[in-house]
Amino acid sequence: MSNAATQKRAFSAVLWDYLTTVDHKKVGILYLMGGGFFFLLGGLEALIIRIQLIKPENDFITAGLYNEMITMHGTTMIFLAATPLLFGLMNYIMPLQIGARDVAFPFLNALGFWLFFSGGILLNCSWFLGGAPDAGWTAYAPLSIQSPGHGTDFYVMGLQLSGAGTLMSGINFLVTIVAMRAPGMTYMRMPLFTWTTFVTSVLTLFAFPALTVGLFLLMFDRMFGSAFFDVALGGNSVIWQHLFWIFGHPEVYILILPVFGVFSEVLPTFSKKRLFGYSAMVFATFLIAFLGFMVWAHHMFTVGLGPVANSIFAVATMAIAVPTGIKIFNWLFTMWGGSIVINSAMLWALAFIPSFTIGGMTGVMLGSNVADYQYHDSYFVVAHFHYVIVGGVVFGLFAACHYWWPKMFGRILHEGMGKLAFWTFFIGFHLTFFIQHFLGLMGMPRRYWVFLENQGLDTGNLISTIGAFFMTIGTIVFLINIVYTAVKGEKAPADPWDARTLEWTIPSPPPFYNFKQMPLVRGLDPLWIEKTEGNGKMTPAEPLDEIHMPNGSILPLIMTAGFFIASFGFIYQTDHKAWLIALYAGMAIAIGCMVIRSLKDDLGFHISKEELEREAD
Amino acid sequence: MSHDHSLNPKTMPEDPSKATMEGKHKFLGLWFFLGGETVLFACFFGTYLALRNSTAGGPTSQDLFGLDLVFLMTVLLLTSSLTSVYAIYHMKNNDFKKMMLWLGITALLGIGFLACEIYEFAHYIHDYGFTFRSSAFGSAFYTLVGFHGGHVIFGLSWLITLMVRNAKRGLNLYNAPKFNTFALYWHFIDVVWVFIFTVVYLMGMVS
Repeated sequence: MSNAATQKRAFSAVLWDYLTTVDHKKVGILYLMGGGFFFLLGGLEALIIRIQLIKPENDFITAGLYNEMITMHGTTMIFLAATPLLFGLMNYIMPLQIGARDVAFPFLNALGFWLFFSGGILLNCSWFLGGAPDAGWTAYAPLSIQSPGHGTDFYVMGLQLSGAGTLMSGINFLVTIVAMRAPGMTYMRMPLFTWTTFVTSVLTLFAFPALTVGLFLLMFDRMFGSAFFDVALGGNSVIWQHLFWIFGHPEVYILILPVFGVFSEVLPTFSKKRLFGYSAMVFATFLIAFLGFMVWAHHMFTVGLGPVANSIFAVATMAIAVPTGIKIFNWLFTMWGGSIVINSAMLWALAFIPSFTIGGMTGVMLGSNVADYQYHDSYFVVAHFHYVIVGGVVFGLFAACHYWWPKMFGRILHEGMGKLAFWTFFIGFHLTFFIQHFLGLMGMPRRYWVFLENQGLDTGNLISTIGAFFMTIGTIVFLINIVYTAVKGEKAPADPWDARTLEWTIPSPPPFYNFKQMPLVRGLDPLWIEKTEGNGKMTPAEPLDEIHMPNGSILPLIMTAGFFIASFGFIYQTDHKAWLIALYAGMAIAIGCMVIRSLKDDLGFHISKEELEREAD
Repeated sequence: MSHDHSLNPKTMPEDPSKATMEGKHKFLGLWFFLGGETVLFACFFGTYLALRNSTAGGPTSQDLFGLDLVFLMTVLLLTSSLTSVYAIYHMKNNDFKKMMLWLGITALLGIGFLACEIYEFAHYIHDYGFTFRSSAFGSAFYTLVGFHGGHVIFGLSWLITLMVRNAKRGLNLYNAPKFNTFALYWHFIDVVWVFIFTVVYLMGMVS
C-alpha cells in the first residue's frame, strides 16, 4: 500500500474504501467532510437570517420559514457542524499524539460516524418533506409538542441518531486514551489536545444520555401519545428544559474544550516554548468540566425556580471564569518571551484570546441572575454565545485546520489566502456580533422575524448583516485555499512547523498503521526532547515486528441505513400504520447487522515484518 | 489472536477475559458505557419522581402496586446476578461446562423476571385501565420500568446469542471477554432494578 499505488486506484475503489473503512484517520476525514458540509449549510442559513434582518419589516422570507431557519441554523451548527468537526480532529490527531495505531474500537468508530451523518441527512430531509423543525434549536415544550407537521419529528429522530454516534465516539476515545498510550506516555506527559479530548469524552459520556432521554420523552409525546409534557394529564414541560440543559450546558464545553487543546498545541509550537503551566492547564480543564455540569439552570433563570436555586447556579456559573482565566493567562505566558512566528494558524490563535475573553466576560454578566432578567432572550444573549462559539470554536477549528492540514493531507495550506481568509472573517465576525450586544441592551428580542422602523435598531442590524457577508467571503477564500492546496499546494515534510509532539514524528500523511515501531516517550513534548538532545527522532520502544490491524467492514453503513429507514417509519406511522413496515424492516436490518457482527469472528490481519521493512520511512 | 488460544489448565492465563488487549478494551469500554447508562436511568428516575403524583384522576401507585409480585421479581433478578457471578467464577477456572450451566440458569431466571413484568403490565392495563397514555404518571412509570425491561430483553438476547455461538467452541481468549462484559452488563441491570424496587415500588406503597 505505498503512496504511488494509493493514488492510482480507481474512484470506485476509493469510494468502497471509505464506505468500509475503520481506520481512525479516514473516519476522521469523513467527519471533517461531513461536518464541513453541514457547516456550509448552517452558514447559508445564517446568511438568510441576516438578510431578512438587514432592514426593518423586511419580507425576504416568511415568518414560518424564518422560524425554520433559526431552528435549523442552531441545530445544524451545534450538532452537525461544530461537534463532528471537532470529533474528526480528535479522531485523526489524538491516536497519533499518544502513539497508538488506531482507536480502541475501530468498528464502533465507523458506526459512530455513519450514525452522525445519517442523523444530519435525516434532519435536513425535512426541508423537502413538508417543512423543517421550527420550535427553536432548544425545542422547548409545549411549543415542540404543538408544532404542526413532521418538522419536530425529524428533529427528534435526527438528533437521536447523531447523538448515539457521538456517544459511541466518546467511549471509544476514553478507552483509547486510558489503554493505548505508547510506552512512557504517562498521563501527565500527554499533549494538551489529548487531555482535552479525554475530558471532552467524559462530558460526552455523561451529558448525551440526558439528551437521549429528553428526546425519547418528546418522541413518545409526539408519536405515541404519552403525557410527559401534556399539562392536561399532569405533565410538566419544565422537565424538558432541565433535561435539555443538563445535556446542553456540558455540550458547550464539549465544543470549547477541544479547541482549548488546539490552542495549547498551536501557541507553544509557534512560540518555541513549552506550554506555560501545563499541570494548571490540565487541572483547569477538569475544573471547567466539573463545574460545567453544575450550571445548567442558568439557562432557566426566568423560569421561576426560586431565588435560592437561581443564586446557587449563578455562583457556580461565575466560578467557571476562574479556571478559564487560568487558561487565558497561561496562553499569554506561553507566548511571553518566546520567538513567535505569526502565520495563519497563529493568527487565529491570537485573535481567539481577546474574542473569547469578551464572550467570557458577557458570560459572567449573564450569569448574574438578577441582571439576566434584563438580558434574557435578547440579542445580548445571541452576541454572547456567538462570541464564545464563533470566537472560540470556529477560530479554533480554523487554527487546527492550518496547523494539522499538512499532517492530514500532506500539503501545506497557502499562507496568503490563509491570512486573507483570517482578516475578512475576523473583521466580519466582530462587525456582525459586537453590535448585537447593544441591539440586545436596547431591547431587541432574539428569534423575532422582523423589527420596527426608527426604534434605534436599523443601523445596528445593517452593520451586523454587512459583517455576515464578510464572514461569508472569508469562508469562501478558505474553500478556494483548500482546492488550490489540493492541486498545487506545497508538499509537507513530516515536521513542517518544527513542532513538539508525536504526530510530527511520522510521515505526512501517516501510513495506515501510523507507527512502524512504538516510540519511547521520555517526557512532555517527546519530539522536542529528542530534538534538544540532538537525536531529532524518536527512539523505538520495540523491535520491528508484525503489526495487528483491524479489518474494514460495510456493516456500520448497513446498520445505519437500517436505523435511517426505521426513523422514517417512526415519523410517519402517526399518519398511516403502513409505515410500521418501514419501522420494523429498518430495525430488522439494524439488529440483523448487530447479530452478524456478534456471530462472525473478526480477528483482524497482520502486516508482516518483511512488508514493513520494504517500505521506506 | 486466533482460535488456537483455547484454554487448558496448563496454558491458562490468570484471567482469560482480560489476557488480551481486546479483552481489556472491552472491559474498560463497558464500564464507561455503564457510566453513560447511569445518567440515562438517573434522568428517567428524575422524570418519574417529578411526575409520580400526576395521576390526572387515574389510578395512583397505592391503587396499583402489590409487593408480592415485585418481591418475586426482585428475588429472580437478584439471584440471576448471583448465578452470573458463579458462571464467571467457573470461566476463570476454565470450566466451560459449568460456566454454560450457570449462564443457562441465569437466562432462565431472567426470562422468569421478564414473564412477571409482562404479567404485571398486562394486569395494570386490563384490570385498572392504567396505560402509557392515561396520565403523566403512567407515561413516566411505563417508560422507566419499560426501559429497564428493555435492557433485560437486550441482555437475554445477548446472553443467548453468546451461548449458542460458543456452545461447541469452548472457552478461548477471543470469547472470554464477551462473556465477562455480558456479566458486567447483567449486574448493572440488577443494580438499576434495586433502585426501581426502592424508588418506584416501596416509595409508591408508602406515600
